[in-house]
Amino acid sequence: MSPKTLYDKIWDAHLAHEAEDGTCLLYIDRHLVHEVTSPQAFEGLRMAGRTVRAPDKTIAVPDHNVPTTPDRVKGIENPESRIQVEALDKNAEDFGIHYYPVNDIRQGIVHIVGPEQGWTLPGMTVVCGDSHTATHGAFGALAHGIGTSEVEHVLATQTLIQTKSKNMKVEITGKLAPGVTAKDITLSVIGATGTAGGTGYVIEYCGEAIRDLSMEGRMTVCNMAIEGGARAGLIAPDEKTFEYVQGRPHAPKGAQWEAALNWWKTLYSDDDAHWDKVVTLKGEEIAPVVTWGTSPEDVLPIDAEVPDPSSFAGGKVDAVRRALDYMGLKPGQKLSEVEIDTVFIGSCTNGRIEDLRAAAEILKGKKIAVKRAMIVPGSGLVRAQAEEEGLADIFKEAGFEWRLAGCSMCLAMNPDQLSPGERCAATSNRNFEGRQGRGGRTHLMSPAMAAAAAVTGRLTDVREMI
Amino acid sequence: MMEKFEKLSGIAAPLPLINVDTDMIIPKQFLKTIKRSGLGVNLFDEMRYDDDGNEIPDFVLNKPQYREAQILVAGDNFGCGSSREHAPWAIKDFGIRCVIAPSYADIFYNNCFKNGILPIALPQEQVEVLMKEAEKGANARIEIDLEAQTVSTSEGQVFSFEVDAFKKHCLLEGLDDIGLTLAKADAIDAFEARAAETRPWV
Repeated sequence: MSPKTLYDKIWDAHLAHEAEDGTCLLYIDRHLVHEVTSPQAFEGLRMAGRTVRAPDKTIAVPDHNVPTTPDRVKGIENPESRIQVEALDKNAEDFGIHYYPVNDIRQGIVHIVGPEQGWTLPGMTVVCGDSHTATHGAFGALAHGIGTSEVEHVLATQTLIQTKSKNMKVEITGKLAPGVTAKDITLSVIGATGTAGGTGYVIEYCGEAIRDLSMEGRMTVCNMAIEGGARAGLIAPDEKTFEYVQGRPHAPKGAQWEAALNWWKTLYSDDDAHWDKVVTLKGEEIAPVVTWGTSPEDVLPIDAEVPDPSSFAGGKVDAVRRALDYMGLKPGQKLSEVEIDTVFIGSCTNGRIEDLRAAAEILKGKKIAVKRAMIVPGSGLVRAQAEEEGLADIFKEAGFEWRLAGCSMCLAMNPDQLSPGERCAATSNRNFEGRQGRGGRTHLMSPAMAAAAAVTGRLTDVREMI
Repeated sequence: MMEKFEKLSGIAAPLPLINVDTDMIIPKQFLKTIKRSGLGVNLFDEMRYDDDGNEIPDFVLNKPQYREAQILVAGDNFGCGSSREHAPWAIKDFGIRCVIAPSYADIFYNNCFKNGILPIALPQEQVEVLMKEAEKGANARIEIDLEAQTVSTSEGQVFSFEVDAFKKHCLLEGLDDIGLTLAKADAIDAFEARAAETRPWV
């Protein structure tokens, strides 16, 4: 048998049909659904008189639109948002799919709820009408975002029409230095490869620094595979993975657990597997980083200076000029002197318990020096755990708003938005123009770095505070 | 049925930016719709309108010669960012049926084909020729022939492009790919039966 990558193995195990022209039907084990990219798909099913083929493999939760203020229990004020969430309520009911409504404690960001509830398992194919579906790759699952037409296709057929991607290996060798986190790894990789560096590939992250990460950290790394242009990012499952999964509500139990475990242990890339592209970064050399521009590839260590547009080539020269203008930054300015108005900690990238612990460690006994700061837990269960561990008290005493679960200011579809010119230290995943609100200026970073910025009121090297 | 795409002769609008992301194409406030239609007026909203909702005259699609554009010529990595199909819906609703760029983000590229839009990837130097052509405005129509897989300029230059055979077939015929897949229900049934044996925990 020819050697295979992890991606090859998962692909082969899910190939339901291959046509003569090479067009493949890939079987989908888990279909995650949220309110923004699904209403047109359900409507399409109804119009064509079709139904959901595998409702037991379909899981829905509202997250993008939901307010995160405590008064949301009284209902959603914005009429359009309310209609979208009500449409999901109705579609979940009509088609009999698993559902976590807004006021269920298990509600949260779809990519946090899936793993938390044990829906996401090693070796699965997982899709969702959301580009950050790559998050689930942390379990050694092939997981990627799809458009609404494909959501409808999966609902109707439980398959996707696919062509196979190429294999890319991203290896992070050695140990991370203190203050350096999974977010710094994933941003540094994008900084090195560019936002199109992964286009056409599925990335497997490996190496000692990846192995050393917790499951939460691995989810952070895979989450941003899409910002590097890859279809998916994944990490081979190991004992940490199995330990995280075991005992979750929808994880296999008893004899099925043993059978699953036997298969999961075969899910790794063979030693002599073929890689179409290999990128290697030294863990020791990764620094705490921030973004300075309007593309996630605009990444630099916190002790660097804002770059000069003329130091770039091709279309990037104009893009950087435009980005600096938008961001209100000057070439040569020290990143550590950039003043911050707002801090946002949360999102599917960094809204898990470990992220909140990292922020709390910096914030303990401190007060914020910014205009506003909010922490939005990734799920109701993360929120409850943070309260139990006393983290919520640390945040509130520091001056942070302590919110309910949702996507919130990551994409600002709900009322949590930046005003024009407002500068935000954010733990989310995109710094595009207008992403967090029209005219808003986003700097991406780790939760510890965002917490440090909240305390000093400027972009700050967290290593000075630990 | 999806709208067929066979040939197109139209005005091309130049948008010489790299990394045009889906938040630029259609900002999040317009994702609250539960319909596919009506998004064209908000295509490139933040570049196209000022804070008071007035048109910004300098933006390409606000210029008189490009208001009827059916083709968009843009820079590398077009459509990066989110999976929102609202991006191709907005492009199509505006009247654009074809995008030409050196490269695309994966999900956006696939989403185009589901909506009767042809995304053409050409080498940088050819895109630059077409960008210059597009800058001439209404006097320079670009012709696309999907069957022949060619892009032709008003000056008579012809560039060939690659496209996946299945995607091409679906666009040419305006096929609904869910219908095509449902015709293979036997294969899906057989796969499910096998998987129930080998991976019963799924």
